[in-house]
Amino acid sequence: MTAETQEKPKSYLAQLIDTGAHQRLLAFASLIILLVGFSIVSPNFMQTSNMIAILQATSVNGVLAIAATLVIITGGIDLSVGTLMTFTSVTAGVVLTKAGMPLPLGVISAVAMGAFCGLCSGFFVAKMKIPPFIATLGMMLILKGLSLVVSGTRPIYFSDTPGFDQISRGSLIGEIIPSVPIPNGVLILFIVAIVASYILGRTVLGRYCFALGSNEEAVRLSGVNTDRWKMAIYALAGAICGIAGILIASRLNSAQPALGLGYELEAIAAVVIGGTSLSGGRGTILGTLIGALIMAVLTNGLRVLSVAQEWQTVVTGAIIILAVYADMARRRKT
Amino acid sequence: MLLRRTLMGVISAAALVATSPAAFAQDEIYIPLISKGFQHQFWQAVQAGAEQAAEEFGVRITFEGPDNETMVDRQIDMLAAALANNPAAIGFAALDSRAAIPLLRQAHEAGIPIIAFDSGVDSDIPVTTATTDNRAAASLAADMMAEAIGGTGQVAVVAHDQTSRTGIDRRDGFLDRIAEAYPDIEVVTVQYGAGDQLQSTEVANAILIANPDLAGIFGTNEGSAIGVVNAVRERAATGVVIIGFDSGLAQTTAVREGIMTGAITQNPVGIGYETVRAAVAALNGEELPEIIDTGFFYYTAENIDDPEIAAVLYE
Repeated sequence: MTAETQEKPKSYLAQLIDTGAHQRLLAFASLIILLVGFSIVSPNFMQTSNMIAILQATSVNGVLAIAATLVIITGGIDLSVGTLMTFTSVTAGVVLTKAGMPLPLGVISAVAMGAFCGLCSGFFVAKMKIPPFIATLGMMLILKGLSLVVSGTRPIYFSDTPGFDQISRGSLIGEIIPSVPIPNGVLILFIVAIVASYILGRTVLGRYCFALGSNEEAVRLSGVNTDRWKMAIYALAGAICGIAGILIASRLNSAQPALGLGYELEAIAAVVIGGTSLSGGRGTILGTLIGALIMAVLTNGLRVLSVAQEWQTVVTGAIIILAVYADMARRRKT
Repeated sequence: MLLRRTLMGVISAAALVATSPAAFAQDEIYIPLISKGFQHQFWQAVQAGAEQAAEEFGVRITFEGPDNETMVDRQIDMLAAALANNPAAIGFAALDSRAAIPLLRQAHEAGIPIIAFDSGVDSDIPVTTATTDNRAAASLAADMMAEAIGGTGQVAVVAHDQTSRTGIDRRDGFLDRIAEAYPDIEVVTVQYGAGDQLQSTEVANAILIANPDLAGIFGTNEGSAIGVVNAVRERAATGVVIIGFDSGLAQTTAVREGIMTGAITQNPVGIGYETVRAAVAALNGEELPEIIDTGFFYYTAENIDDPEIAAVLYE
């Protein structure tokens, strides 16, 4: 299952087609079917404003899911992505609102704080040999607590930082093409996806990411400092969570310290729907992106259909199981 | 293939669940209510009131809210989805009103009246707010506490949170009234249990251990009050007066058994009812007051079965 990632001679494109292309096709087809299905059933579904609402709803979960994908490919898991997002948004709140620093510094501080916390998780996992599930569970709680401590348990508003809400809510695309006012948050999601995809497919870091997930022992025995690469990947995932922190803070124009718990599970759900294996060594950013979109389309569509809320949750759970089952069934055949 | 087929199945099933005639009828009046939650009994009582009004006025409503009260962004997604459904009016109980303003403005510009319910929205967009005067209600709780402990002694507060409007108003309403009217009562501590029964139990336990002479505890919502009851039971702390807030079976039982002296109840059915009624009135172009006070009552073992009280208590 991991052979394709270790065979060097294949081109990047060939690798892309090989690794989970079927799953992505399947996921993509499901996404289209969901979109068409909902449009047929509800005349209100397929409106530009609703499509933008769906994309906007995807942006934060999508970015978190990308962070989770990187860690999951290494064979780890990151339960702290949700509260790390919260903590970085609180960090930006402190830097911008409480210290009155200029906007770019706020963004940089959030991303840097994300990278630092990710590095800590990576240290716990790689150097202290704590299982990723436990290390990041601990980190999840630490960060939830710290968010409340640092913010003084009150939301921090960005009303004094003009332009902050435009990071996610504004629309550069809409200024050029007024008929498609796609919010910047969505644009940022796609940029993060492209960069992460490039890192995974084209850089040494990406190659070790897959290798660690496939056979860490072999990588270590071949003389690679696996600890260092693992920590780098957790730090990168943390930095991406920092971007998610900016996105959500900008969207709410406030840093909400109590938020974040439960978001890690939605991110992981998007990752597995997108065909990334929880046992590591295999996965794609594109798949994760589609997974996040499927979740957002499903939630929004069921809402627009006024399906009772209890059932929305049931359906989402069923979809996760079906998606993973379909992926495994296909894999057994090939 | 499998996924595709099953997805189709899910969609058609969803369509069946979705009472499809309603989804198509464009001429009926549709009023979505976006609440702070949907699982809590309080919100179910609000929903019941809203449904009662919907039937009475011949409008269609939907009622939804996020899984818990921290999910500010999820509530905004819900508001966005509600807007896509061409609503006639929207009922909205904001978790963080400032975060929702861009969407509310969008609705306002589209000529959709917004009725705030339960807690206010810091903006002039909502045509009215159907809510309990939480400050006055908590102030009444302070009076009742003072009466029950004889106007002197130590009391504590177990509050549900320190960020929401209701959390702040109930805490401050109680504290201010004690400070202003009862110089012999000392509030030893205010602790927060997130409205969660278990957390509030732990918090109340700690308060009881730290303050052996405590005369009374005020729990500021259903979860907090039940937590206090649990702790007093666990520690067998006799002689501690408990004043609660809201109702629910566990709380009304505690009041009947006498372990809880009494509780303030809002009128959740009234909140739901008034929200929909106000939406219909706004659509008919009627003038509405800025705030519709939906009222509150103090109930004890004596008056719990009075028709006026029983009507607003929920199980």
